[in-house]
Amino acid sequence: MECVFGLVGDGFALVAADTSAVHSILVHKSNEDKVMILDSHKLLGASGEAGDRVQFTEYIQKNVHLYEFRNGIPLTTAATANFTRGELAIALRKNPYFVNILLAGYDKNIGPSLYYIDYIATLHKVDKGAFGYGSYFTLSMMDRHYKSGMSLEEAIDLVDKCIIEIRSRLVVAPPNFVIKIVDKDGAREYAWRESIKDAGVSAA
Amino acid sequence: MARYDRAITVFSPDGHLFQVEYALEAVRKGNAAVGVRGTDTIVLGVEKKSTPKLQDSRSVRKIVSLDTHIALACAGLKADARVLINRARIECQSHRLTVEDPVTVEYITRYIAGLQQKYTQSGGVRPFGLSTLIVGFDPYSGVPALYQTDPSGTFSAWKANATGRNSNSMREFLEKNYKETSGQETVKLAIRALLEVVESGGKNIEIAVMTKEHGLRQLEEAEIDAIVAEIEAEKAAAEAAKKAPSRDT
Repeated sequence: MECVFGLVGDGFALVAADTSAVHSILVHKSNEDKVMILDSHKLLGASGEAGDRVQFTEYIQKNVHLYEFRNGIPLTTAATANFTRGELAIALRKNPYFVNILLAGYDKNIGPSLYYIDYIATLHKVDKGAFGYGSYFTLSMMDRHYKSGMSLEEAIDLVDKCIIEIRSRLVVAPPNFVIKIVDKDGAREYAWRESIKDAGVSAA
Repeated sequence: MARYDRAITVFSPDGHLFQVEYALEAVRKGNAAVGVRGTDTIVLGVEKKSTPKLQDSRSVRKIVSLDTHIALACAGLKADARVLINRARIECQSHRLTVEDPVTVEYITRYIAGLQQKYTQSGGVRPFGLSTLIVGFDPYSGVPALYQTDPSGTFSAWKANATGRNSNSMREFLEKNYKETSGQETVKLAIRALLEVVESGGKNIEIAVMTKEHGLRQLEEAEIDAIVAEIEAEKAAAEAAKKAPSRDT
């Protein structure tokens, strides 16, 4: 089942997520990217209802872009987090979206930051965070091994520890993960951790 | 002239919509704007009103981007432009949200022209006093495009065009001197056209260059000054060559 987690390191923040599209007991695909590159220096990792997740994150992304075009400067990560929370809070009283969000970003003069926003519009600035069934394992793993100011190697090592823990302890563990990072050079995909490949369509 | 320009949705007996024609007049009085389409670059240029000593000249922008691959320059009422630009930017993002594709230059031009047309046929509104030049690269084929819209809501595609104050003399210049250009040559052609009607110097000109790779880039005043100096040197050289036909032939 779903696992989205992220942490802040020295000069960067990262978000990792499983890549399974699941319905009931059936896996539809195992290369579904759940970490959106929101703009040049922001990552938006999301879990929750599949339709809501795509709809809501794209809506946020387009509004963030619109802001940038209107004003000539991008929103800060903090502003984006508050905007996202606001939109979730408004929707919560009408037709709620079931999405949990980890927003990672890098701002000049501020540095990397990570925000935890859940589906009932809770907003926290955190150093590490997780959603989904995987969070039962990753949170304790990060509690044990996380320290502030980790280097990229240390952080990736911790992410791999978390993934191993999920794979070995979670009954319904997803096979594949994607890791994305954001630092002063921008937001980008860092690596995949795949234990199975999607079977290609066999030649008819 | 009897009352055919009060309610704008009313034709005059000889088939004119006076308010639309007045809007066109507002465009003719507005700042000059020019657009040139090269093979790999598109250049937009506008005339900048001399800014008061204490004003921050960067706070007045006449060339703006609508999306990563589309830019717009306008001649006419600046305040109307803000409304139109805002609506166009929303449409750009809305289009991406609904169909997961960036808009094409023709699509956004049609949208803007459609909006302008609406304001000539609805009650209680006045037309936009605006003529716009819209440029950009097709997001798929990468083909450069230049479009123009006017207050009546018509739009058309061009290789190079001008609008605003003295647009006719600029258009004539472009018609005489247009060649398929690329890179810096396109920038030069646009500035030369603009210099037909504007006092030379980076202070009086705003230039934005769009390339497929780097998107829109506004040139700094110093850069414009350098190109203007280059153009003037070329002009002087050409003039000297004309005056003194080479003796050794």
